[in-house]
Amino acid sequence: MSGSEFILRLDGVHSHYGMIEALKGASLEVNRGEIVSLIGANGAGKSTLLMTTCGDPQASKGAIHYEGRDITSEPSHMIMRSGISVVPEGRRIFSALTVVENLQMGAFFADREQIEHDLAHIYTLFPRLKERQSQQGGTLSGGEQQMLAIGRALMARPKLLLLDEPSLGLAPLVIAQIFEIIQAIRDEGVTIFLVEQNAHRALQISDRGYVLENGEIVLQGKGSELLTNDEVKRAYLGG
Amino acid sequence: MNFLRVKLVDATLAALLTALLSIPILGTHIISEPGYIGLEWDGWKVFIAVALVFSVRLFQEQLRPLARVTHLMPDMAPALRFTQNRRLVMMLLLFVALIWPFFSSRGNVDIATLALIYIMMGLGLNIVVGFAGLLDLGYVAFYAVGAYSYALLSQYFGVSFWLALPLSGLFAASFGFILGFPVLRLRGDYLAIVTLGFGEIIRLVLNNWDSLTGGPDGIGSIAKPTLFGLEFSRQAGAGGIPFHEFMGIEYSGMYKVIFLYLLALALVVFALFVINRLIRMPVGRAWEALREDEIACRSLGLNPTNIKLSAFTLGATFAGFAGCFFAARQGFINPESFTFIESAIVLAIVVLGGMGSQVGVILAAIAMTVLPEIAREFDQFRMLIFGGVMVLMMIWRPEGLLPTKRPVMEMPHG
Repeated sequence: MSGSEFILRLDGVHSHYGMIEALKGASLEVNRGEIVSLIGANGAGKSTLLMTTCGDPQASKGAIHYEGRDITSEPSHMIMRSGISVVPEGRRIFSALTVVENLQMGAFFADREQIEHDLAHIYTLFPRLKERQSQQGGTLSGGEQQMLAIGRALMARPKLLLLDEPSLGLAPLVIAQIFEIIQAIRDEGVTIFLVEQNAHRALQISDRGYVLENGEIVLQGKGSELLTNDEVKRAYLGG
Repeated sequence: MNFLRVKLVDATLAALLTALLSIPILGTHIISEPGYIGLEWDGWKVFIAVALVFSVRLFQEQLRPLARVTHLMPDMAPALRFTQNRRLVMMLLLFVALIWPFFSSRGNVDIATLALIYIMMGLGLNIVVGFAGLLDLGYVAFYAVGAYSYALLSQYFGVSFWLALPLSGLFAASFGFILGFPVLRLRGDYLAIVTLGFGEIIRLVLNNWDSLTGGPDGIGSIAKPTLFGLEFSRQAGAGGIPFHEFMGIEYSGMYKVIFLYLLALALVVFALFVINRLIRMPVGRAWEALREDEIACRSLGLNPTNIKLSAFTLGATFAGFAGCFFAARQGFINPESFTFIESAIVLAIVVLGGMGSQVGVILAAIAMTVLPEIAREFDQFRMLIFGGVMVLMMIWRPEGLLPTKRPVMEMPHG
């Protein structure tokens, strides 16, 4: 793939939490229509990389380009309005709001017709959410909450969807379901950047993958290649 | 039995602590005779306190069922959460509220007017604390800004109540906005402390800026509101017409009291209408979402600062209206009326009513203003009773009198 196709590009991005440097010059590219996953151990800086892309915290060095535009120093809420959506770690749904209200919050700046249209679409992706639409978000099961979080992010009609550990704390059967849905979303034309600890699952559905270690990208390649890479196998796939 | 010994030790310790605390407070009282001031030891109150704490502590387990009488209390929430005839009941209540002052005493109507002022403030603070989840301990500042706006405009420029009312709201809102900008980056406790400080600053400025505000002496003879230019005094000012002459009826001081009451009622109805609209609008939903999860809000492209600022500013506006009305009703204001206790009472109203519940806030405001008036004889113990009620409420109904029933909107589905 040629370089001009990328939708998101990070060039030597550094990021700090106070004095602690969590990212030490990470560079990666996400091309239009791909599923790209970022794997790595606990504390490698995966979530930081994802959140830095969202501008929270902002990169202290390096550049982030989205659709050819420099978004490195844009405020977080403006980035989130420009076609990037994020499903944050731990889902962070509004537990006192109902399912349908949660979804509506995802399309805060859209008009009523668009919301109605998109709601119907989300309900075909996640029939479970339709059943539970007037239930409070906090009463849903973990898997349903994850679906709700993804649905809410999709309500903003993103071109690029960032997912932070969507498999976290879910049963294997539910994880399989979530990953199927992620593929379905990609097939609809949404580019997906996935941060996962569950490296095996993530790489299976990914076109390409990056391995992050101590705030640096140490390995990259096609998803299938990384799956068979000895180093990756040893470190992240349990043999 | 070991268990019994543990309990005995615990009860004894509690009793000792009580003794330590109560000896200087309850055990002595001051004797002041001509030429002599001294302390007299009076032990029986201490003894009662110690005995009470000891026995309650010892029989804690046995007493516990008493604390669960909440099961016996009728759950009035569903009855008040009428959905079917809601509109009808509201209309009926409003009708009663409009009619009753004509058949009531002057004192009662006065108290009701006071209650309405607190309802107004409770509704305003409810936006900030109940919906947006921002703990504001200096709400009285905006009340003071509203009151002084009218008082000063009236004194220096002769501005009428009706023009000053929107201006007071506007001034209070701009103070909310100015304060909100730097402060709303803070979270929870920090925000509470800064707002508390702000409330005190406003009061101290009013108290010390003698040349403008008259300092502790306050501002007097503030013009009363008029009804389309009709005045409610016995003799009208220059060029004015008194209400009773215009209507061709006998003068009575009661007209003014009822007029003020109806005016306050109209303001509250207006506030209810506006706030009800707001919470059904996207901005209302955003307040709630912000209260739930700020990070999620940001990830959805919402700007938390703007959302907080809108809640803060709108909340302040209603305090401004309430303040303006307060100044007009009293005819005299000084900084004494805007101490921290006012902030505390309004906050108590919001918490007692059930954060975010408007009917709850109204009930709590009525309870907080009417009950102290009824229990005038217990004046000295007012704060004690107040504290006790707060503690009991937190045990029995930690979510307030009427926990929020959020307005749920459903999209039609084809």
